[in-house]
Amino acid sequence: MGQVHIDEVSLAFETRRAGRVVALEQLSLAVPEKQFAVIVGPSGCGKSSLLDLVAGLKETTAGQCRVDGKVVTSPGADRGMVFQSYSLFPWLTVRKNVEFGLSLNKVPPKERSERADHYIGSVGLLGFENAYPSQLSGGMKQRVAIARALANDPEVLLMDEPFGALDSQTRSLMQELLLGIWEKEQKTVLFVTHDIDEALFLGDVVYVMSARPGRIIDTIDVGLERPRHYDIITTPQFIEFKRRIMSSLHAEVEKAMNLN
Amino acid sequence: MAAGTLDRLFRPNKPIPRQIELWTGITVAASVFGLWCLFTYGGIVSGDFLPAPGEVWAAFVSTLSDGTLLKHTRVSLYEIYLGFVLSSIIAVPLGIFMGGFRIVAAAIEPVVNFMRYLPVTALIPLLILWVGIGLEQKIAVIFLGTFFQQIVLIADVSGRVHDDLYNVSYTLGASRWQVVTRVLLPATMPGVMDTLRVTMGWAWTFLVVAELVAASSGLGYMILQAMRGLHPATIFVGIFVIGFLGLVTDLAFKWAKNVLLPWTNIR
Ligand SMILES: Nc1ncnc2c1ncn2[C@@H]1O[C@H](COP(=O)(O)OP(=O)(O)OP(=O)(O)O)[C@@H](O)[C@H]1O
Ligand SMILES: [Mg+2]
Repeated sequence: MGQVHIDEVSLAFETRRAGRVVALEQLSLAVPEKQFAVIVGPSGCGKSSLLDLVAGLKETTAGQCRVDGKVVTSPGADRGMVFQSYSLFPWLTVRKNVEFGLSLNKVPPKERSERADHYIGSVGLLGFENAYPSQLSGGMKQRVAIARALANDPEVLLMDEPFGALDSQTRSLMQELLLGIWEKEQKTVLFVTHDIDEALFLGDVVYVMSARPGRIIDTIDVGLERPRHYDIITTPQFIEFKRRIMSSLHAEVEKAMNLN
Repeated sequence: MAAGTLDRLFRPNKPIPRQIELWTGITVAASVFGLWCLFTYGGIVSGDFLPAPGEVWAAFVSTLSDGTLLKHTRVSLYEIYLGFVLSSIIAVPLGIFMGGFRIVAAAIEPVVNFMRYLPVTALIPLLILWVGIGLEQKIAVIFLGTFFQQIVLIADVSGRVHDDLYNVSYTLGASRWQVVTRVLLPATMPGVMDTLRVTMGWAWTFLVVAELVAASSGLGYMILQAMRGLHPATIFVGIFVIGFLGLVTDLAFKWAKNVLLPWTNIR
């Protein structure tokens, strides 16, 4: 459960000022179940758009996305998403935020609170159940967002630069936390970032995207041993991967700069 | 140290000690009152122009004891709450949907914006022609004065609900209808409360205008009568009562927001 197929997907926007903007062009990739797949690419190459397509929040111009063979036509609870901005509901407490998806689907209150407790615990926020989002730091908010997505038990977890707004210490703590949870939960993850260290530290496989129109220009089978610890980023293999991604990204970032 | 305290009081957007906040307000209010005493008891201005606090108090006691003040106040309160509630129960849902759904905006925005820029005072003669000078006229003036403003302000609030909140709800399995009830509505509530609070102040203005133009009772009418009878003290009684009722309403709205939407008031 949780296989994702992206089959020759294209996405174009009709804009008033710039005419037709092609964000993605015939992009294909396949994520087997329980894989942690990471996408890196220059700004504006269509990473967020790609996740939106898998989530069903946008419609493809051509091609299709499939999850477990089923063509994506609309958003659904089988594909949970974590956004970069803190998309918590400010009027709900941490607990109610985490229970949100369960309450939509009429899960009985007892099971709801058990699941919420479990995931609030696994992101290390016990004791903050009754706090409101405005009382939390950025890192804590993202932990709530992760707990909320997981409590819904999706097949696939889509993450759009979830740690992009955090400082570097918090960010590495969050990466380790996420890996810890993922190793237990074994969900398919599609994770977008522009941080190469983050991509290699987290991913089973890292896809490198071109500047707009976005295509996959390199695929790296990371294959570093798990569980991973942060000192992995100093190993020669890691550095070699990093050099490889940087060189392909460098050319693309230059292209992107000229484009935008 | 003293310079440090003073410095701390004049930083944009920074909180100041509760005590200082309180006493600053009291001092300013007391100074205004002091100036009033000075001008009247000091004989700087004539009593026909500006009555002394004592005269206003006497007028207050006499209108209170003969029942006229309560009668007029009751009429005004009835008119304003009826007009305001009628306006709000239609404007709040309509405004929320106008901001939340482009199709609703497309349908009603032209009419709303046309009406919004018509000063309601310009409509009063027409309204008198249509519904007379009774309760209906006051309700109509308050309604027309507040309704279109409320719609626009509330549509602005609901239009600002961030896309990510909708998107995350869809990915948590929300249906279209659930997104409306569980995201759009709660997200707009603080803005709706603020809009109601602000427009309530305007409603008072429209009410008094309507009563000044054509009425047989109400605080505005009482003020007008006092002017005709050359009773400036009674005019001031009317003004103070209106100000006091406005203050109480404002506090009630603030209190209601804190109680109903506790999350808006947390640091
Ligand atoms: N609604 C839209 N209308 C027109 N163009 C759009 C729209 N949404 C996105 N685009 C364009 O599509 C391209 C891809 O956008 P997207 O947000 O997916 O990029 P991204 O890779 O996530 O960028 P970033 O790293 O900055 O988040 C961009 O060039 C953007 O300008
Ligand atoms: Mg993006």
